[in-house]
Order: sequence, then C-alpha cells, then structure tokens
Amino acid sequence: MTEQRVSYTMDSSLETIDSAEQKATRIATDLGFGDDEVMQISMAVREGAVNAVLHGNAYAPDKKVTLAFEQTGGDLIITIRDQGPGMDLSRIPNPLAPENLLKTSGRGIFLMRSFMDVVEIRPSKTGTELKLIKHVHGHTADGKEASQ
Amino acid sequence: MTMKVGIRQVDGVTIVDCSGRITLGEGSVILRDTVRDLLSKGNKKIVLNLADVNYIDSSGIGELVSAFTTTKNQGGELKLLNLTKKVNDLLQITKLYTVFDVKDDEAAAVKSFK
Repeated sequence: MTEQRVSYTMDSSLETIDSAEQKATRIATDLGFGDDEVMQISMAVREGAVNAVLHGNAYAPDKKVTLAFEQTGGDLIITIRDQGPGMDLSRIPNPLAPENLLKTSGRGIFLMRSFMDVVEIRPSKTGTELKLIKHVHGHTADGKEASQ
Repeated sequence: MTMKVGIRQVDGVTIVDCSGRITLGEGSVILRDTVRDLLSKGNKKIVLNLADVNYIDSSGIGELVSAFTTTKNQGGELKLLNLTKKVNDLLQITKLYTVFDVKDDEAAAVKSFK
C-alpha cells in the first residue's frame, strides 16, 4: 500500500468543521472504506473538529486547526491539532452514566471512540492533539494482514 | 443540505417534519427555535418526524435531548418518529433509545398521546 500524507491548516470556524468532515468523507471513500466505515470516519473527524474549534480554540480568529490524513500500512491515521489551553482529560464525562444521559453535551469523544479503532488525546499547554486511527479491513495496527 | 422543518397538526398533535442535517450550527438552532416556538404557543404534544434526517452529530443529539427535556419540563410530551438507520444506531449506542419514546408509525404516534 502506498503511503500518503496530506495536511490542512484551517480557521477556527463552523466552516472548518463542515470542511473537515467533507475531506474525511472523500479520503475514506478514495481509500476504499465501505459506506458505514466512511460515515464513522467522517463523523469522528467532525466531532474532533468540533472539539478543536469550539473547546480548544474557542473560535479565536488568531488560532488555527491543523488536520492531517495519513495512510500508512493498513491504517488511516487522522491527526487534529488545536492551539487552545489543552483539554482536561479528567473532565471527560461518561455519557452513558445515568446521571449524564439527559445532558445536552459530552458525547463527542464517546462517539469518536465508538467509531474508530484507536483514539489518542494528547493535551499540552499549547494545544490538544487528537489522533484517530481506523484500520483498513483485514489489517492490524502494525500493517500486517490480519488472520481471520 | 441544511435542515428544514414543516409543521402540521394531526388530531391535536403537532408533527414536525424534519429534513436534512441536525448538526452544530444552523441545524441545531432551527430545531431549538421550532420547539421553543411551538411550546410558547401552547403546542405541547410534539412528534419529531426524522424520516428525512440523513445526518446528526453530537450537537444534534444534544439538541434532541434538550427538546425532549424542555417539552417535558413544560408539561408536554415529545416523541420521535421514523428514525433512519443512522439516527437509530446513534440513539442505540448513546443509550438514548431508552429515553425517547420512538415510534415508526405516525397514526400510532398520534394515538399514543394521553
């Protein structure tokens, strides 16, 4: 499989969220993912972009969102970086807890984890880096073909 | 495709026919404003027909929850009708399927109000 990488630097705007989702849909489709997986990948990217634009950069016009897609081995690796104060991982709620079921927010990371094979969140004082990995069907994380 | 709503009355129940995407931004705002407007005019039996909603994100899910709780807090009832597979799957994995009263037949949905 040929390795490819493409990245975008985007404003902290609602348009960026839609654009990130559209790019994810196009790239996942081009890579041959099925319709359900394309929907999962594009939704995970949308949720990651929402977090970066809203919670990370807080729509600040001087702060950018970096979105990168990388195909390596058997993986599609998507990285989303913001320039916010860094996500507080201790404050990520469990949206399935009874006391949180009727909350109107707090489901974005849960959806990402539901739809992607790997979700890594690395906060720092200069921003949060989110890495989303989807294995191409039939491959494991190290790129070797999986036995069925 | 942005979200659009059409409103009709059936036997004292307000059916809101939604189409498009319920996502952060315009889609969520339209849904919020529509439900609040209905409640302010005394329409407290509400069915959201989601047959033509092809996409919903976490903000849209939050807006559905908000519509449900706002209606309930004002003494009304809000039910969901005709979920697409995508929306149905999302409500299943977020366990909200157990919260909402979900119907797949409009006549049954209308009759189900007290």
